[in-house]
Amino acid sequence: MIPAPFDYVAPSTVDEAVRALADAGEDAKVLAGGQSLLPVLRMRLAAPTTVVDLGKIGELKGVRDEGDAVVIGAMTTHYDVQRDPLVHDHALLLARATDTVADPQVRHRGTFGGSLAHADPAGDLLAPALALDAEMVIQGTGGRRTVSAAEFFQDFFTTSLAPEDILVEARVPKHTGWTAHYEKFNRVAQAWSMVAVAATVRAEGGTIAEARIGLTNMASIPVRATAVEQALVGRSADAETIRAAAEHAAEGTSPTVDGNADVEYRQHLAKVLTGRAVEAAMAG
Amino acid sequence: MTAMAEPEVGRARVRKEDERLITGRTRWTDNIALPGMVHMALLRSPTAHARITAIDTSAAKEMSGVIAVYTGDDLDPGGEVGMPNAWPITPDQKTPRRPMLAQGTVNFAGEAVAAVIARSAAEAEDALAEIDVDYEDLPVVLGLDNAVADGAPLVHEDMGTNKSAEWIFDSAAAGSGGDVQQAMSSSDVVVTRRFRQQRLVPAFMEPRSVVVDPTAPQLTMWSATQVPHILKTMVAMTLGLPEHQVRVIAPDVGGGFGGKLAVTPEECAAVVVAQKLGKPVKWTESRSETMVSAHHGRDQMQDISISASRDGTITGLKVDLLADMGAYLGIVGGGVPVLGAFMFNAIYKIPAYRFSCTTVFTNTTLTDAYRGAGRPEATFAIERIMDELAAELGMDPMQLREKNWIKHDEFPYTTVSTLTYDSGNYEAATAKAMQLFDYDGLRREQAERRARGDRVQLGIGISTFTEMCGLAPSRVLGSLDYGAGGWEHAAIRMLPTGKVEVVTGASPHGQGHETAWSQIVADQLGVGFDDIEILHGDTQSSHKGLDTYGSRSLAVGGIAVVKAAEKVIAKARKVAAHLMEASEDDLEFADGKFTVRGTDTSTAIQDVALAVFAAHDLPEGVEPTLDSEAVYDPENFSFPHGTHLCAAEVDTDTGQVRLRSYVSVDDIGKVINPLIVEGQMHGGLAQGIAQALYEEAVYDEFGTLTSGTFADYLVPSAMDLPSFTTDRTETAATSNPLGVKGVGEAGTIASTPAVVNAVVDAVRHHGVDDIEMPLSPMRVWRAVHKGDTAAGGPGAEAGGGLGSIDSAHGGAQ
Ligand SMILES: Cc1cc2nc3c(=O)[nH]c(=O)nc-3n(C[C@H](O)[C@H](O)[C@H](O)COP(=O)(O)OP(=O)(O)OC[C@H]3O[C@@H](n4cnc5c(N)ncnc54)[C@H](O)[C@@H]3O)c2cc1C
Repeated sequence: MIPAPFDYVAPSTVDEAVRALADAGEDAKVLAGGQSLLPVLRMRLAAPTTVVDLGKIGELKGVRDEGDAVVIGAMTTHYDVQRDPLVHDHALLLARATDTVADPQVRHRGTFGGSLAHADPAGDLLAPALALDAEMVIQGTGGRRTVSAAEFFQDFFTTSLAPEDILVEARVPKHTGWTAHYEKFNRVAQAWSMVAVAATVRAEGGTIAEARIGLTNMASIPVRATAVEQALVGRSADAETIRAAAEHAAEGTSPTVDGNADVEYRQHLAKVLTGRAVEAAMAG
Repeated sequence: MTAMAEPEVGRARVRKEDERLITGRTRWTDNIALPGMVHMALLRSPTAHARITAIDTSAAKEMSGVIAVYTGDDLDPGGEVGMPNAWPITPDQKTPRRPMLAQGTVNFAGEAVAAVIARSAAEAEDALAEIDVDYEDLPVVLGLDNAVADGAPLVHEDMGTNKSAEWIFDSAAAGSGGDVQQAMSSSDVVVTRRFRQQRLVPAFMEPRSVVVDPTAPQLTMWSATQVPHILKTMVAMTLGLPEHQVRVIAPDVGGGFGGKLAVTPEECAAVVVAQKLGKPVKWTESRSETMVSAHHGRDQMQDISISASRDGTITGLKVDLLADMGAYLGIVGGGVPVLGAFMFNAIYKIPAYRFSCTTVFTNTTLTDAYRGAGRPEATFAIERIMDELAAELGMDPMQLREKNWIKHDEFPYTTVSTLTYDSGNYEAATAKAMQLFDYDGLRREQAERRARGDRVQLGIGISTFTEMCGLAPSRVLGSLDYGAGGWEHAAIRMLPTGKVEVVTGASPHGQGHETAWSQIVADQLGVGFDDIEILHGDTQSSHKGLDTYGSRSLAVGGIAVVKAAEKVIAKARKVAAHLMEASEDDLEFADGKFTVRGTDTSTAIQDVALAVFAAHDLPEGVEPTLDSEAVYDPENFSFPHGTHLCAAEVDTDTGQVRLRSYVSVDDIGKVINPLIVEGQMHGGLAQGIAQALYEEAVYDEFGTLTSGTFADYLVPSAMDLPSFTTDRTETAATSNPLGVKGVGEAGTIASTPAVVNAVVDAVRHHGVDDIEMPLSPMRVWRAVHKGDTAAGGPGAEAGGGLGSIDSAHGGAQ
């Protein structure tokens, strides 16, 4: 479990990093927290010739307030996201989902941007990013551009990032006063999701004014459960409404089959967990 | 007279070895670096069954830092070396030769095919990719039923069969009971089940590692092994080395669970390579290598029938096993299911019993001893079928057990499988467990939840187990054709300053021998706990031993320590009498002092040690030494037992199981250190529960291990387990002077059926009478909603995370 040899660079600005990537060509790889990349390198599933470490780029770290959005730097660790007051106040769903990622060691190293860029369909931060309509700020050789979460996630482990692109930050529109819950289902406590449901709602009295629901690991990319959202909005949040709405959760999903679950079971779980997620989100 | 010091035995001492083990400030094999040392990396077969038509190593030899590249033929041109199988279970057992590196064919994915030797481990690994092997695929044999089917393709063509051996025990033939066929045909009720023991990975924490130094005439081998003494003898025999020129050292070893009870191709290859090059060689495996190439455990198909009369009296038990050996036989591979043969009858009085077991080859990693080795499998099957029989009879499962178990006043009791249980008290352990568990209260809650149709159902699982520990007496092992005896060795060295060195032939790899042995010796010799050092694992200081497995260290090795201490005292008594000018018969020995009875005159054992060292004034004919040695061969196994109760909640909407409470009351005889016992129980329970709910080594249809990382092979953490309630009763073993029985495997053996019984009990009203292990949520959900007990078996693909990186080819974009 020793990676193949590679050159290592640790630039101190995003511009330098993009240049380093462009110079190194196709076989360069960005290193963030390394929690997904290092196993891939050690198992020699990938053998980049150059590794560009983002760890020394200060501008990629931290969370800031930009009016109608909370902006999370790509290199902000899970640990920092979990504890950030801005995230708590305006994007609670992300904090809740981040709480369920791995274990403390991994959360101290792994980064928000790394998780999104890695785009493992079982990763826990993709569905919340999608549900919250996050926008990804990307810098490449042609400058900066912004893409929506819906455009960003393209397939298993595939995003709209080009090889010389760097994910700089994510702009998460403020969902101030929304309650949220991330319902994660797995076989052992410290594991990726078999299925998970990210739900955040804005209630007015006993009525659901707005709802956003994202599904983890129900397709090659995160899925928005729009039919469920529609069935909830404008209704009173009673058990029967939630149950009936959750019945729509599997619509439009195409989950994979693996050792833990087949399609039928995953779709069944999506419904059960959606009901639970919405109920818990409503409860605050 | 001073008050007696508080005895060390029974004290919950914090383990003296823990600081260095936990901080890592110690010598693990991989930490060892010798001058001029080179590194070995192994190329492993990606395919499960193939003929090797060509191996081209020329490009690899050109790589930077590479010193040599060897194939199987390079290391063993004559094709003569085969890894030892020390337990041929029948005279006609088929034992294929297992080479150091594959020769001619590869028989499982992960078998080593070539070795690169380089200046650094990284360079060795880099060069592996440059070796070009041509494989011609052969049909892959997977699954027990497939392997024994007529016309099945063969793992080893030259053997003409995939069956290695068939081993049978029949109580009618043995004279220990009746004819089972007869018993069954005349019984009111017969319950039959097929249970699958899934394949498991021992998952020790420290990967295997070996360093061989050939630079002196006596070759030194460090290995992360449980069995340094066995390794020394076996390496000598296997490679034809003079045994006196082999020294084996097991430095601190990070776990084994049976997984390091082996003499491996990697160890032997390292020796041959080191000798060829005349340089020290190191090989340390990666976790990925461990998963595919270190031996696995379990993997049996159990057909079991039990018969009884309507009142619940058991009349007969019949067991037919198929046991998957993998591609070759490991050191005791075939013997594992045979050990189980003696445990199916468990704590019950069973009048007729027949057991048969066929060991079978498939194109998979070898299986061999894994914590419990044969006994967990047997305990699972009998404890599961006891619950099924109770359901069939409409009896409470505990009442059924009580009706059939051996009563405490019936010991010693000779079972239908011919073992004589020396002692036990199943009533006492059960009564305590029932009370701690609140059995009646939980049964009430279960009934209420059922009546309400609760989403979460509650189930109660019982396991009243026993096991045979100690792997001895030698004469019994001999009668089973086991390749060695079952004795253990100890020696005590009394140093001039009054300090004590204790040498043990047991070989700890995490169990805490240094603490427990120190406590025993402190009481025996009356010296301070901190004045004792335990030496182990180096065949130069500990020249004799049979190592650690099968819960034998205390019940056999600990007794050898006692015997050695007795000899020290006997020698010291002579000298003390001489020094005090008293008669030996007038001396009392207590608290480390010889006292002339009825006087204040005494001399401490430390003073005697110094006097013996000086040797100025010794009695006539007395050698100037107190040092002593003892080899202990027990007259019987020891038989720990216990009652384990598990309450499981099953979410019927998702199939997820949550253990709500777990009570174990174990009777392991006399306890040396309650803290160590607690540790063994907690770890053992976690491992047994893991078999019930989480762990499985899964192969796809090509024979590729798909659960090859810890992202897919689910070892639970504390977060997945309930807070255990562990307690004990104490019925001393009568077969040894300490009254100890052994605790290393108890938790693992007992817990698996308790958990599965609890889950089945929770959903039995849905028509469920079995669910295959591991009880994944999908399997439980299907069993409840689709009446499907085995379905939802793991697919060919891995789960999320690393596994999905793997299956997505090439990982992150
Ligand atoms: C034991 C363990 C358990 C885990 N459990 C979970 C879990 O339960 N849930 C979960 O969601 N995740 C889990 N993870 C994954 C963890 O969240 C990782 O931190 C995350 O997937 C990747 O983040 P990273 O910062 O470590 O990225 P890295 O591993 O450094 O990089 C991952 C990939 O993204 C690319 N990349 C990273 N940052 C950027 C960027 N800014 N711009 C462009 N490309 C970039 C890299 O080139 C690489 O291809 C677990 C990991 C481990 C080791």
